[in-house]
Amino acid sequence: MAINNPNLPNFSPAVESQGGIGTAPVSHVAHGHGEHDEHEHHDQHWMWKYVFSQDHKQIAKQFLITGMLWAIIGGLLSSLFRLQLGWPEGTMEWLKPVLGHWVEAGKLNPEFYLALVTMHGTIMVFFVLTAGLSGTFSNFLIPLQVGARDMASGFMNMLSYWFFFLSSVVMFASLFLETGPAAAGWTIYPPLSALPQAIPGSGMGMTMWLVSMALFIVSQLLGGVNYVTTVINLRTRGMSMSKLPLTIWAFFLTAILGILSFPVLFSAALLLIFDRSFGTSFFLSDIYIAGQALPNQGGSPVLFQHLFWFLGHPEVYIVIMPAMGMVSEVLATNARKPIFGYRAMIGSLIGISLLSFVVWAHHMFVTGMNPFLGSVFMFLTLIIAVPSGVKVFNWLATLWRGNIRFTAAMLFAIGFVSLFISGGLTGIILGNATLDIQMHNTYFVVAHFHLVMGSSAFFGLFAGVYHWFPKMFGRMMDEKLGYIHFWLTFAGVYLVFMPMHYVGIAGFPRRYYAWTGFDAFSQFADMNKFISVAAILAFFAQFIFIINFFYSIFRGRRATENPWNSTTLEWTTPIEPGHGNWPGEIPAVYRWPYDYSKPGSEADFIPQTVPYSQTQSSNLPYEKDMGE
Amino acid sequence: MTALTIVAILVLLLVVFGLLFRLQILTSIFSGSFTRDIGMSNGVNAVLMLVFLVGGGGWFAYSFAENFNKMNPPIASVHGFAMERMFWITMAVIGVAFAITQALLFVYSYKYQHKEGRRAYFFAHNNTIEVIWTIIPAIVMAALIFAGWKAWTRITGPAPKDSTVVEVMGKQFNWLVRYPGRDMKLGVVNYRLTDAVNEWGFDLNDKSSLDDFTSGEIHVPKGHPVLIKIRSRDVLHAVYMPQFRVQMYAVPGMPTRFWFTPTTTTDEMRAKLGNPKFNYELACNQICGRGHFAMKMTIIVDEPEDYVAWFAAQKSFAGLNPELVAAFKQKANSTVPTPISAVEKEMPATPLAVITQ
Repeated sequence: MAINNPNLPNFSPAVESQGGIGTAPVSHVAHGHGEHDEHEHHDQHWMWKYVFSQDHKQIAKQFLITGMLWAIIGGLLSSLFRLQLGWPEGTMEWLKPVLGHWVEAGKLNPEFYLALVTMHGTIMVFFVLTAGLSGTFSNFLIPLQVGARDMASGFMNMLSYWFFFLSSVVMFASLFLETGPAAAGWTIYPPLSALPQAIPGSGMGMTMWLVSMALFIVSQLLGGVNYVTTVINLRTRGMSMSKLPLTIWAFFLTAILGILSFPVLFSAALLLIFDRSFGTSFFLSDIYIAGQALPNQGGSPVLFQHLFWFLGHPEVYIVIMPAMGMVSEVLATNARKPIFGYRAMIGSLIGISLLSFVVWAHHMFVTGMNPFLGSVFMFLTLIIAVPSGVKVFNWLATLWRGNIRFTAAMLFAIGFVSLFISGGLTGIILGNATLDIQMHNTYFVVAHFHLVMGSSAFFGLFAGVYHWFPKMFGRMMDEKLGYIHFWLTFAGVYLVFMPMHYVGIAGFPRRYYAWTGFDAFSQFADMNKFISVAAILAFFAQFIFIINFFYSIFRGRRATENPWNSTTLEWTTPIEPGHGNWPGEIPAVYRWPYDYSKPGSEADFIPQTVPYSQTQSSNLPYEKDMGE
Repeated sequence: MTALTIVAILVLLLVVFGLLFRLQILTSIFSGSFTRDIGMSNGVNAVLMLVFLVGGGGWFAYSFAENFNKMNPPIASVHGFAMERMFWITMAVIGVAFAITQALLFVYSYKYQHKEGRRAYFFAHNNTIEVIWTIIPAIVMAALIFAGWKAWTRITGPAPKDSTVVEVMGKQFNWLVRYPGRDMKLGVVNYRLTDAVNEWGFDLNDKSSLDDFTSGEIHVPKGHPVLIKIRSRDVLHAVYMPQFRVQMYAVPGMPTRFWFTPTTTTDEMRAKLGNPKFNYELACNQICGRGHFAMKMTIIVDEPEDYVAWFAAQKSFAGLNPELVAAFKQKANSTVPTPISAVEKEMPATPLAVITQ
């Protein structure tokens, strides 16, 4: 299988041409000049080391910290609109110093409320759970776990972060526009998103949203192409596809999903830009608004929805699959057991990836789409329950008769499985077109996706950070704070989203500024207060994590090389690997990544780098002749 | 109060955590099992897993039961009852899966917590088990898909020929309603003809639009199929009638429809719920701007004879706006061609006689 010759430099030429600003050419490193490698780093200007770095580990940290900043903003926005929903009659005058003209006579402006939910969704889905999650861990783990010195193109990888950064700047700036940021929902359905007459947020705010998203897509594609290329071409000696950790499989398939689906969002955004700015009618037809009949004819708003969800649905798997991969890894490591059904896990990931492309219209059962299409998409959608179920059962079987260490990462991994079950099961209701007639766009949907791809992806992210923090920063995070963070968050998430199902079953529509105007939607005033309090508390519990994170970077207990006794390649690197990852030759791989508690072996884990010839006592019958 | 409850729950959790932690240290000191390697909090977390399962499960069951009545909006349409049954059957199925998998997750986490000297069981795969837990969910899914598909095709199938027709148009930020009038034909509307008076954009040169009438609320007859035709004039809206289990987007440029049969009159429902102020409501359920949350219209289900009486008492839009009709005539005579669009083939509508029979 693909052999990565350690003597071939795999840094991009751009680094080399900077003449020593990058790192030592790999050929030096390969001769074992560990100190030399260290030495090179002292020479590096901080600008190239920390800002315009081409080291995948540094880029991963940039993605992570940017993602964390976005998560704080996204969470704050949700606290604001939860205040409104919990206390629709309450005064917001005290927020006037911060929100300015968005508070009118003590009340939140309804258009600003819509902007809040729109930006919360956009930020969380794209900036936190796509860039912050997959950007961080695909970058950090792919080279380390496949045994490569860096990404296939370090330069493109750097560009990927800086496009994301630019996109972030544009989106962040749009929050301060006088007409407000985009406010047509994170799904930006036209005509609302196309017409500034319809809502002020569809003016400059929407323009900036589209520009930001275009930059974001460029970032995703640059990253995705790199991830796929690296996994295919830069695996170390012996690292066949069937020996890859499940994390890598998940990142690999996620990157493919991104490459295939983000361009479709790009095209939708482009057509929307045409409609907004150049008078075309792709999505507009027969509109009379603000006392004026528009000339646009023949467009279809439903077409936009098809394009949007052709990305939008794979997008939720782009969010959740990296979390699935990391959770598999963390569960196996801390249960001290091989992941159950390694091949079934890969198979189900592939199944989910394929199906994710043919279910998009289940978001559109009641949009006036032909009911026959609804039948087809209901069928395809509900099939996804099968591979998802396989994953859950395999995780449970992995815990069974394990010897579980509850690290903070392990707690979040278990929490992930719990949330994924709770949120995933209600998908069986929503995927059923008949039941979706009633449930569509209610809080049942909100509760469903916040559990299954919002909270659980966050839990995967936390599991990943707690687990790989020692490799990122050479120090350990505080475990006790991690436990407290976990239990508060876990309880908080359930306290928020379980009652939200009741509100949804009662038919409460989402994106409502207040429900007080309807008899049918006013019976849950207390429950909404309850949800709001729980949400705001759960949000503030996240600061335990943030404090722990930044404190531990500087003051945490020093890590050892392999603190979790894990089998995968990243733990064979030095405590703080330099650019190039291994000071000497890249180790070769001989076995799969899940040899935990293997009978006959002294230690309860056998790293991937140990050949079968050294483990005669624990080799399974078919492994006897695989020794080197 | 609720704030207090949640704070209490979270504080309690912290206290439990702290106490268990103390207890664990004390017992480990006494039993001499103190091991720095794995850390003494392992047992605490394991116990908390069980506490969470029992406490969380208990809280969920309690609050679900407590709120059960509030979360079931009354049903007033034929297909609504079928949907409701399917909903709760599906909920029961996923409830079983939920209970089993969550229980296993937390019980395993507790039971297989780290113990000195024990070794995890090396159990990497078993194809028989994989096949079993692939096939069982597949069979359950097949059943649910089949039931859902049958109901879906029935509900979204063509409306009965004798349906009462109502047309609803969404606009920022209210609903417009019109009825076809005595000829049972909805007249041509054209968005270019819209203005402050002619909100629908009636083309009054079209004969069949002359007897169309508009209404400030929706009246429908009980026990008779009703076809709601749906339009939007500006952005997307969605017609959502929770008690009738009806939802369909209103799409500018693309008329949509939904049909249902009301089963209970407004008066009957008021008596049944013991709420004399009860009304069926139409809400907008697709984000449409500032007033999205306030796009409400009342729906009144009448006994058929009351409906006929109400229908007969309505004045046509043209009748109420003679000057507009005159203006249209004048325009037609001056040979400026009216742009034709949004012309829709009418399905033969119900003669009122059918209802009165």
